[in-house]
Amino acid sequence: MSSNQIDKSQTKIEIDEEKRKFLIATSAAGAVGCAAAAVPFVLSMTPSERAKAAGAPVEIDVSKLAPGEMKVDEYRGQPLWIIHRTDEQIAKLANHDAQLTDPDLEVPQQPDYCKNKTRAINPKYAVLLGTCTHLGCSPAQNFAVTADWDGGFVCACHGSKFDLAGRVFKGSPAPTNLVVPKHQYLTETTLLVGEDKESA
Amino acid sequence: MNIKNYITKALVLLMLLPLANLANTEVHLDKAPIDPSNQASLQRGARTFVNNCLGCHSANYMRYKRLEDIGLTEKQIKENLLFTAEKVGDPMTSAISKKDAKKWFGVAPPDLSVEVRARGADWLYSYMRGFYRDSTSSTGWGNCVFDPVTCKVAMPHVLYELQGEQVLDHKTHQLTLAKPGRLSVAEYDALIGDLTNFMAYMAEPAKQQRNRLGWFVLLFLGVLLVLTYKLKKAYWKDIH
Amino acid sequence: MSLLTKKADELLGWVDARFPLTSNIKAHLTEYYAPKNFNFWYFFGSLALLVLVLQIVTGIFLTMHYKPEALMAFASVEYIMRDVPWGWLIRYMHSTGASLFFVVIYLHMFRGLLYGSYRNPRELIWLFGVGIFLALMGEAFFGYLLPWGQMSYWGAQVITSLFGTVPFIGPDIAEWLRGDYLTSDATLNRFFAFHVIALPLVILGLVAAHILALHEVGSNNPDGVEIKKLKDKVTGIPLDGIPFHPYYTVKDMVGVVVFFIVFAAIIFFAPEMGGYFLEANNFVPADPLVTPAHIAPTWYFTPYYSILRAVPPIGISQFPGVAAMGLSVLAFVFLPWLDRSPVKSIRYKGNLYKGWLAAFVISFLVLGYLGTVPANVWGQFGAWLGKADIATVVARIFTAIYFAFFILMPWYTKIDKTKPVPERVTG
Repeated sequence: MSSNQIDKSQTKIEIDEEKRKFLIATSAAGAVGCAAAAVPFVLSMTPSERAKAAGAPVEIDVSKLAPGEMKVDEYRGQPLWIIHRTDEQIAKLANHDAQLTDPDLEVPQQPDYCKNKTRAINPKYAVLLGTCTHLGCSPAQNFAVTADWDGGFVCACHGSKFDLAGRVFKGSPAPTNLVVPKHQYLTETTLLVGEDKESA
Repeated sequence: MNIKNYITKALVLLMLLPLANLANTEVHLDKAPIDPSNQASLQRGARTFVNNCLGCHSANYMRYKRLEDIGLTEKQIKENLLFTAEKVGDPMTSAISKKDAKKWFGVAPPDLSVEVRARGADWLYSYMRGFYRDSTSSTGWGNCVFDPVTCKVAMPHVLYELQGEQVLDHKTHQLTLAKPGRLSVAEYDALIGDLTNFMAYMAEPAKQQRNRLGWFVLLFLGVLLVLTYKLKKAYWKDIH
Repeated sequence: MSLLTKKADELLGWVDARFPLTSNIKAHLTEYYAPKNFNFWYFFGSLALLVLVLQIVTGIFLTMHYKPEALMAFASVEYIMRDVPWGWLIRYMHSTGASLFFVVIYLHMFRGLLYGSYRNPRELIWLFGVGIFLALMGEAFFGYLLPWGQMSYWGAQVITSLFGTVPFIGPDIAEWLRGDYLTSDATLNRFFAFHVIALPLVILGLVAAHILALHEVGSNNPDGVEIKKLKDKVTGIPLDGIPFHPYYTVKDMVGVVVFFIVFAAIIFFAPEMGGYFLEANNFVPADPLVTPAHIAPTWYFTPYYSILRAVPPIGISQFPGVAAMGLSVLAFVFLPWLDRSPVKSIRYKGNLYKGWLAAFVISFLVLGYLGTVPANVWGQFGAWLGKADIATVVARIFTAIYFAFFILMPWYTKIDKTKPVPERVTG
């Protein structure tokens, strides 16, 4: 009897349609179930509400920031620079396009509304994340103008140079310009960094 | 060595102690009108909570932003409820420090985030309606829901202006309203009902989502059960 | 298609030349012959393995967010419940999984009692199993401290104090276990280490040994017949054996889905399980200065806890109770040598064994219930019995029955009237 049954299972070559049908159906449903069950686990590793709260948009008052001065704030744990550029500094931004890696801002390191000559909504205020695009050091400010330097930033780690709009100079190890984060003006002198009119 | 011995023995004895009086001193609890789908009630409860409780208590595990769950917008939260924090992402901290609170009340007011899970909604609903005038206590108030044996409670009756003053008949253990407050009895019960509803929501904000999702999961597993059972039958027809 | 299968065969050949893949699949799945008459009770072995995997996976994800530090532990659990995306689901899976682990294991052990699965030649399988059970109890106990609620704290305090009752060296052991004069941050930190790495390693090792030993001697079955005794003369396959895969894999899958239905129903609709899986008092942060009015261990420990409470102290020493509790768990170790019956399965055992097993199950359940309630739950006897707590007296009677089941086993199994065992498995 039983040896019969084993012979049958070993010699049977024709396909059992019923087994096949439910094998496919169960495998498909099981795969869907496993995928669905994996979703909560994967999502649990995304930023939590606490991280989101800590990385929430920051309001910055620039009314007391004098021309030529810079203010360092914090956004999502990174240094956030607000530079109040003088008219002279703004004018000089146009002087060194030839020496820049990406003068036309081809690489999207800024929101579309900052894809302009000064990389800003209001040319007076540059809003930049102060993290070098090379390996993440924070470049130091070097605003003193010399014959071949219009003022900007130099990264202490590997010597990358940026101008006052955060654009990187040729010959720097940093591949791209500094990041301009999403931002908007709530009033003439109050900035909200991290959220713009499009995303709000 | 002696102290160690003493501590260990005391603890073991404590554990083995017959809890003689526990059964006799249970108080009657009123059923709290909990309805997690009633957003208007939850919002009224949130307002009562923020205005009256956060003065001394905290709800540190609850973020203001989470109130979007109960139908409030970020703007509404910011304008109406955000008293003890700066940003909507912040937790509901208390207006006073724990240290000050301990100095004033003798015990630090507990964090209320999960109070309903610890005590139960019915307990909270009865407790908040159970204060009575007790001239012998330091706060001037007693509450037999809080401590059925002594009827002492460290928390003063914060809402007495709304409820009025109750007195306890020591023989029948009944509370009667001696001096009416700004609200009628029904209005005050409704206020506490909303507050309890909110605090029940706050104790486990994901509960609604959990229950909704559960039906889909069970439905899916039901289908899977049919399929695996048919598959098993298909294979086992060789055996039987 | 033929090219693809050819390539796949080549790859398999390449692997097999370097790693025993095919031979292991054969040895443990496709050519592991299991008796064809497994019934309901045989689902729980594979389910235990499933729950172990679930606990490890959910545990890993909880470890990503949990903080084993006295000031942050309670808050980090609430952080998981609220701020971590889907954290509540993972946490409930873990807390529910812990309780269901014991449900599955107890049913799995009961299967062993029913069909004599601990008998020769499966003594080592049984011993590894008891080892898993002990490690699992430790795992559950250490894990229970981590939420750092009042029940966590006082549970740990009481259990570590139990070691303090050991004569002479007890207090030093208790202090050494805690790493402090009372349960504290140091205790939490080391319990975390035991819970997330030490005991899981022990459990995994024992599970591997348990399964290897099982596959060496072959599975028992509801008839207690050794299927290896009757083999097909040509193929050498047991006449009553069927390949584990596909027959028992598809069958166990049905069991897995039923398990998941129960699991999901609890997680989504009753994760606290009326206070048995998650206690209300554990939503109050640990406070070394205030003991909750009623402390009881989680439900899966309550039978042993009842035994602890039932055994009266000698003088001021609580050690007899503690020793009885330890013995009540360790008694399982001796089963293979206590059972003298000529048959394995309850199907062929006589009424004497059936009666004793029923009495044992009833004592286990009654003691389990009594461990969850205060000793005065049923009031007191009158003055004629010294006003003793009724529940305590009942617990003492059932404790006696619990131990009698083991101690008297050599006699009642020997004189029991057994039925003849068939050659082949039935149905």
